[in-house]
Amino acid sequence: MKAEFLKKTSMPPKPSSCSTPTTNACKLCTPLGACLAFRGFDGCVPFLHGSQGCATYIRRYLISHFREPMDIASSSFSEETVVFGGKNNLHEGLFNVIRQYQPKMIGIATTCLAETIGDDLHLFLHEFKKEYGALEGMPELIPVSTPAYNGTHAEGFWWAVRSIVEATAVRSTPDMDLTGIIPGMVSPADLRHLHEILKAFHVRYTMLPDYSDTLDGGSWDDYMRLPPGGTPLSSLKRLGDAGSLISFTTCMPIPARPGAVLSKKFGTELHDMPLPIGVEATDRFMKLLSDIAGLSVPMQFKRERARLVDAYVDAHKITAGKKVAIFGDADFVVSMTAFAREIGLIPVVCAAGGRSPRFESALQDAVENLPEACVVRDGVDFSEIEADVTAQSPDLLIGSSKAYVMSRRLNIPLVRAGFPVHDRVDGPRMLSVGYRGAQVLFDRICNILMDQRQDESPVSFSYM
Amino acid sequence: MSAEEIKILEKRQAQVHDGKGAFEMACDKASVAGSVSQRACSFCGSRVVLYPIADAIHIVHGPIGCAAYTWDIRGALSSGPNLHRLSFSTDMQEKDVVYGGEKKLAQAIRELVREYSPAAAFIYATCIAGVIGDDVKAVCKNAEAELGIPIIPVDSEGFKGSKKAGYHAACDSLMNHLVGTGDISDVPKLSINILGDFNLAGEIWMIEEYYKKMGIEVVARITGDGRVEDIRKMHGASLNIVQCSGSVTRLAEAIKKKYGIPYIRASYFGIEDMSKALYDVAEHFKEDPSVMARARDVVASEVKRIMPELMSFKKDLEGKRAAIYTGGAFKVFSLVRSLRTIGMKSVVAGSQTGTTEDYKQLHELCDEGAILVDDTNPVELAKFILEKDVDLFIGGVKERPIAFKLGVAFCDHNHERKIALAGFDGLVNFAREVHASVMSPVWKFVPRRMNRSPEKKTAPRSMPIGCTPAMCMTCDSKCGGGES
Repeated sequence: MKAEFLKKTSMPPKPSSCSTPTTNACKLCTPLGACLAFRGFDGCVPFLHGSQGCATYIRRYLISHFREPMDIASSSFSEETVVFGGKNNLHEGLFNVIRQYQPKMIGIATTCLAETIGDDLHLFLHEFKKEYGALEGMPELIPVSTPAYNGTHAEGFWWAVRSIVEATAVRSTPDMDLTGIIPGMVSPADLRHLHEILKAFHVRYTMLPDYSDTLDGGSWDDYMRLPPGGTPLSSLKRLGDAGSLISFTTCMPIPARPGAVLSKKFGTELHDMPLPIGVEATDRFMKLLSDIAGLSVPMQFKRERARLVDAYVDAHKITAGKKVAIFGDADFVVSMTAFAREIGLIPVVCAAGGRSPRFESALQDAVENLPEACVVRDGVDFSEIEADVTAQSPDLLIGSSKAYVMSRRLNIPLVRAGFPVHDRVDGPRMLSVGYRGAQVLFDRICNILMDQRQDESPVSFSYM
Repeated sequence: MSAEEIKILEKRQAQVHDGKGAFEMACDKASVAGSVSQRACSFCGSRVVLYPIADAIHIVHGPIGCAAYTWDIRGALSSGPNLHRLSFSTDMQEKDVVYGGEKKLAQAIRELVREYSPAAAFIYATCIAGVIGDDVKAVCKNAEAELGIPIIPVDSEGFKGSKKAGYHAACDSLMNHLVGTGDISDVPKLSINILGDFNLAGEIWMIEEYYKKMGIEVVARITGDGRVEDIRKMHGASLNIVQCSGSVTRLAEAIKKKYGIPYIRASYFGIEDMSKALYDVAEHFKEDPSVMARARDVVASEVKRIMPELMSFKKDLEGKRAAIYTGGAFKVFSLVRSLRTIGMKSVVAGSQTGTTEDYKQLHELCDEGAILVDDTNPVELAKFILEKDVDLFIGGVKERPIAFKLGVAFCDHNHERKIALAGFDGLVNFAREVHASVMSPVWKFVPRRMNRSPEKKTAPRSMPIGCTPAMCMTCDSKCGGGES
């Protein structure tokens, strides 16, 4: 590269917050979330009903975060399809996916194009089953409506899970000791830790979607059409028997929550709560599991909690009074803000990329003493977030890697968390739930602040 | 599962040449639904071509996805303004879809042009803009009259076809709105336009430097480090050099037809093709023989400079097998030649958008028995990797996990890359990239590699002093610990 051609810092200009256009969106489209969710079910192939580009773009975006195979099929619309409807493409596409992947399930999400031309997915699938019903190995076909002009990837994720639950859960023998758990868009590492916690409580549970293996798996000794792992269909069916369901969301619209289906159909008891990030939120989660399991908190977590509190004490002055801006999906921001508050950070900007009428109240509920001066906004893009960040001048940013340019321009360190993390290798291994996750996050935050203090000091202290 | 167990969809079989028998291959077809094609859509094609124009704003008219997935993901550098690295979208909501998005688009253009004072604005129509019938052209025309800069519509509705259709739309936008509108009185005779280079990691600057040394001026860069004003006067240049032919040949053709400016195809990857790109230009300006003399000097001094390092990589890479899958086919030719330079064989080669002519040439160029493939997918790629037992895969982000999961080295040759691979220095970078991956010690832990039949060990070049068989486990020299 000819360095002389580049200015010292070659950067895009600071984005202005024009009111009509969206500049540098802090959200993705609904089908991305649906595809991600589908990857968490055993033998499931995500299928996008629309143009080829949607599947390809989403594959590339997800691969850059997870660094795992991400096969997403498409009905590959052409101009003709748009005129005559997508039925033939859908049928051919499903047929080919069944041939090539022998899936147990195909999750079919609509794109904005299919929605706008008025394709009736339910009818098309009904006809497909009629025509090919005798086909050997006919998978479960789950449709979900995810037009990109309505909601964000976060809604797409929850809508997909809801559609699967609606289509599969049945009641045979009620089993009050069975618990469902929907962690939402967390990392595979988070999912693995949640498994560990639930197992330690001896809770019988179904986790959905579970991409802890499918999106963070080992190297293969042989080719696999679909990586192993994911919530099995048999467990999904049994969800109708479950006594309770834990969902880590307080911001999703109620109809998008799978719990709404289960409680209405089967009277399942619902526990909707913020992600267990930090001591207090994890305490609440542990308390709930204690109640469900009828067991006290296992010693290993008590020890983890004790070590975490000890670490909080050891390092509390590093975080004390430091101002922080947190941005991303509404549920992520709520949980992260509560955590930031309990380690002594002062949230000054809390911004959700998607529109979320519940965001502000969920934030107030989850966060004790949210400073009045904190700017709380939903439906904002990175131009608006940068304007707020500039005005509030925090010491720290917490959010996705898309904030790197802002972080560099404003010289404010960025703690990468949430989705996407495209400029670090450990996106899928970032742990934030449970006491252990809080420990990881706390250490990362302290180290970044110490790095900064060390780098900014005129004296090169190696002893801080 | 084994390569034989992986089947190719019937409808796709004509698009694969298995390396055996007479060469015949179909291509240029719409992707088969459900095949998990690696291709994108027309919008992607248009966005790829126009994205690097750095003093224009690029507004995507549609719901948020199309803009979000193309925000600042490429390594296309600018020596000046960086407006292309911002992402603008009308972010259409349900009400826009119902009532139409024209007003919102007009307002968005107005606000953004006033805010950023760009030299032009490109307005990309997405599937939804097209299907609800928004008159993007009319909005642009009115905005242009109001704002006094070119506001250029791009017919890039995703359903209109593959990337190729989008390339065409992008070329038409440039041709219909910018080319020929500038003053060319100061354009010298010894001048060219570089088409189809996107200045990934500064590549166009390297290429331009070579031409400059030959005494040739570059008028417009299409579109790496591109500027609106340069495109306006590109019809003043004497010759168009077309790289990435699939994307920009249409523009070169249109300019040839309208202004009588000839074009030549070129590639800047690998010694042969890079040198040819310089010699061909010199040949065009042969009335000034000093140009050819200077081209020879450039090539001679550059080749001499990079050879020792290349040969050091070749020692390790000799005989290794590679699979190549890219967007356009023209790049594949160069990659086959580049791999040959460093001793490697190309045993699988394919592209998303190659033509019959491309594949015919590729068949002749590749090593005996090579599998050729058009518009493939992950399942097929896995089959070919297994069948040919390749050591290296060259492709983009979407192909990377297939290679890595199967224990195969990988070199990213797509637009996301941040490493220059064009030009003479680029070839060294390429060899270094390939070497770094192929020769990495990590493969010895990968199950598929461990199960592979052991390769015939070549004699160690030099045995490290004090080497023991036990140490061999932790060292990548594979010398056998003095036992071989």
